[in-house]
Amino acid sequence: MKDIFISSSPHIHSEEDIPWIMRRVIYALIPGALVGLYFFGLPAAKVIAISVVSCMVIEAITQEFMGRAVTISDGSAALTGLLLAMNLPAGSPWWLVVLGSLIAIVLGKQVYGGLGNNPFNPALVARVFLLISFPVQMTTWPKPRAFLLNTADTVTGATPLGALKTAIFEHGSIDIVGKLNLMDPFFGNIGGSLGEISALALIIGGVYLIARRIITWHIPVFFIGTVALMTGIFWVINPNLYANPAFHMLSGGLMLGAIFMATDMVTSPITNKGKIIFAIGCGVITVVIRLWGGYPEGVSFAILIMNAFVPLINKMARPEKFGAGK
Amino acid sequence: MKTFKGGIHPPENKILVKDVAILELPLSKVFFVPTQQHLGAPAKPVVNTGDMVKRGQVLTEPMGFVSAVVHAPTSGKVKEITKRVHPVTGLLAPCIVIEADGKDEWSHGLPLERDPFAMTAKELLNIIQSAGIVGMGGATFPTHVKLSPPKDKVVDTFIINGAECEPYLAADYRLMLEHPERIIGGARVVMKVLGLNSAIMAIEANKPDAIKLMQEKVPPEIKVKPLKVKYPQGAEKHLIDALTDREVPSGGLPMDVGTLVHNAGTVAAIWDACALGVPLIERITSVTGQGINQPKNIKVKIGTPLKDIFEFCGGLNNAAKIIFGGPMMGIAQYYQDVPIMKGTSGILVLTEQETNLNSYQSCIACGRCVEACPMRLIPSILSKFGERGMWEKALDFDLLDCMECGSCTYVCPANRPIVHFVKHLKTLQREASARRKEA
Repeated sequence: MKDIFISSSPHIHSEEDIPWIMRRVIYALIPGALVGLYFFGLPAAKVIAISVVSCMVIEAITQEFMGRAVTISDGSAALTGLLLAMNLPAGSPWWLVVLGSLIAIVLGKQVYGGLGNNPFNPALVARVFLLISFPVQMTTWPKPRAFLLNTADTVTGATPLGALKTAIFEHGSIDIVGKLNLMDPFFGNIGGSLGEISALALIIGGVYLIARRIITWHIPVFFIGTVALMTGIFWVINPNLYANPAFHMLSGGLMLGAIFMATDMVTSPITNKGKIIFAIGCGVITVVIRLWGGYPEGVSFAILIMNAFVPLINKMARPEKFGAGK
Repeated sequence: MKTFKGGIHPPENKILVKDVAILELPLSKVFFVPTQQHLGAPAKPVVNTGDMVKRGQVLTEPMGFVSAVVHAPTSGKVKEITKRVHPVTGLLAPCIVIEADGKDEWSHGLPLERDPFAMTAKELLNIIQSAGIVGMGGATFPTHVKLSPPKDKVVDTFIINGAECEPYLAADYRLMLEHPERIIGGARVVMKVLGLNSAIMAIEANKPDAIKLMQEKVPPEIKVKPLKVKYPQGAEKHLIDALTDREVPSGGLPMDVGTLVHNAGTVAAIWDACALGVPLIERITSVTGQGINQPKNIKVKIGTPLKDIFEFCGGLNNAAKIIFGGPMMGIAQYYQDVPIMKGTSGILVLTEQETNLNSYQSCIACGRCVEACPMRLIPSILSKFGERGMWEKALDFDLLDCMECGSCTYVCPANRPIVHFVKHLKTLQREASARRKEA
């Protein structure tokens, strides 16, 4: 007779394992990535390919070197690569992407012990590292559909948030906002990181993730809601100095950040109560940086800062146990 | 339909046996009757090696109120009283070995016929106690203890648990379909003992024919209530929550919220004891899973060796795991000469494809265990403490509230054996408190 196994109950298991989850998050990113490809063309495809491949290769090499099991088949390195690519300008040079992958996988993930043990979102660690170290390359935004023009130089422009900050610095008003058709950031016809430009595509992915119960609605809704509420208050107070909440919700990295980066399971709180606290914190920090900070955009910083609070939030925000006495 | 917060929806897999009528197992040659088949104080043998015993004869005496006796499942000779592997604890435990004489003769005039409703509550309670009845859903808590609430606890609601929420199992379902009168009779006995004039019979909505049959058969004082299909809907505290909206306090008992729950099989055993004088010496169990050639529901004498049952069910086929109970909370067995116990609600033989033999990874903090936990704990944190043996820290995260239902472990995408870690932590905690008592 064959071996009979002994172990603790339960003896059956759901089929939804880590690779299953990672695959579905990747599916959810596809609409956003396709919009990036549509507006930025071949350079965007190159950035995605380099990022995904180098994240996987670097993960395999690092795990081999550290004497750990190589787990690139679980899809988490590929997902980090895709997320990183979507957070980079579509015209990023190859070395910037590879360097970002190295930072994400080695400094963002493996030094802490690999998947599950990293306190900060690996793709955002890489993005912020690159933004601080290579500010020129990281803020050179190709214009949408400009890759079709037959010119030797890349045609670049500003992001809506960047233009807003410049307008305030230069002439103390926000005339840019009036000129922006909000349908452009909704469908993706704006400057920005490869995967952040279309709110619609990202929301489709988010709805899919919530419907498949990969993420809960708490973080996206409270993150975006906090940004809308806070910017709304300031817009009501002084519409000449502060942009309206719709502009803030649709531009920059908010959708990508709130739906895909802040909801990273490993680096966000475990209970729904905790997720709400975390998301409100992300929203507040984002608005503070956008309205009064030196950078036009604050989503990445906000998420990384709130990542650091996750252990504390997990300690505080516990569900009331069954029979605790209501 | 009302339910509780949390829980999971594993594949039911009841199709293998749910339409198979109950068959009686042929008499085995030898029976192994462990003296402890209940939760609580041990019971000690009152027979000696070489004694002749009859079917239904008492074999032990209880050493305390929270204890239960066992009876001879058939007539024959006490071959030896020895220590054998206990299917629940996995440890060596006292066991009375009976060599059957093949006549299966009843003890002094059993079974008899009497009207339980002509007896007093006290008399009925004594009969239940001496029949060795324990919770047959698997918990095996002595039934007479549950039926004797202290004076300051008022029980106003009695629930008959026919949920059978464990996947694969259909023994309670078959019992409800084939012997509804025993369940209803037993329920009325319990109502008499408790002085109640109503009861609720709770059945998961995936057993519509059992619900329909019971609705036709029950007297007006018993209400049949369908339950949402969700695991662990049949867990005592969650059944009460779903039906009465009362939460049993942490560390408390159902009687603290005026409620009492008995499994359908237990109630049928109460009827057999009170109306026929027959003690608990046999039960109905499902033998199922892809690893058994002919899945069956069987009426089996307690003490029957497992291998006789496998033989009756056509033998094993690619078996990877043998389990007493259901796939969520059942206990894995290694030896095939372990006996069927009072609490063996199922015998499950799983193939490698059905079960889960994979290794586990680091927690990815996805929160699925928190969503699934019917006790509203944070299982992922308990599992991390479990990995390091930190039971004192785990107590702060309500280790002792965990009922080990396995919902967290079932959904964990990192395949972490959370229940295993919880059991380990509870053992460490028990050892430490035992040491403290000694010192």
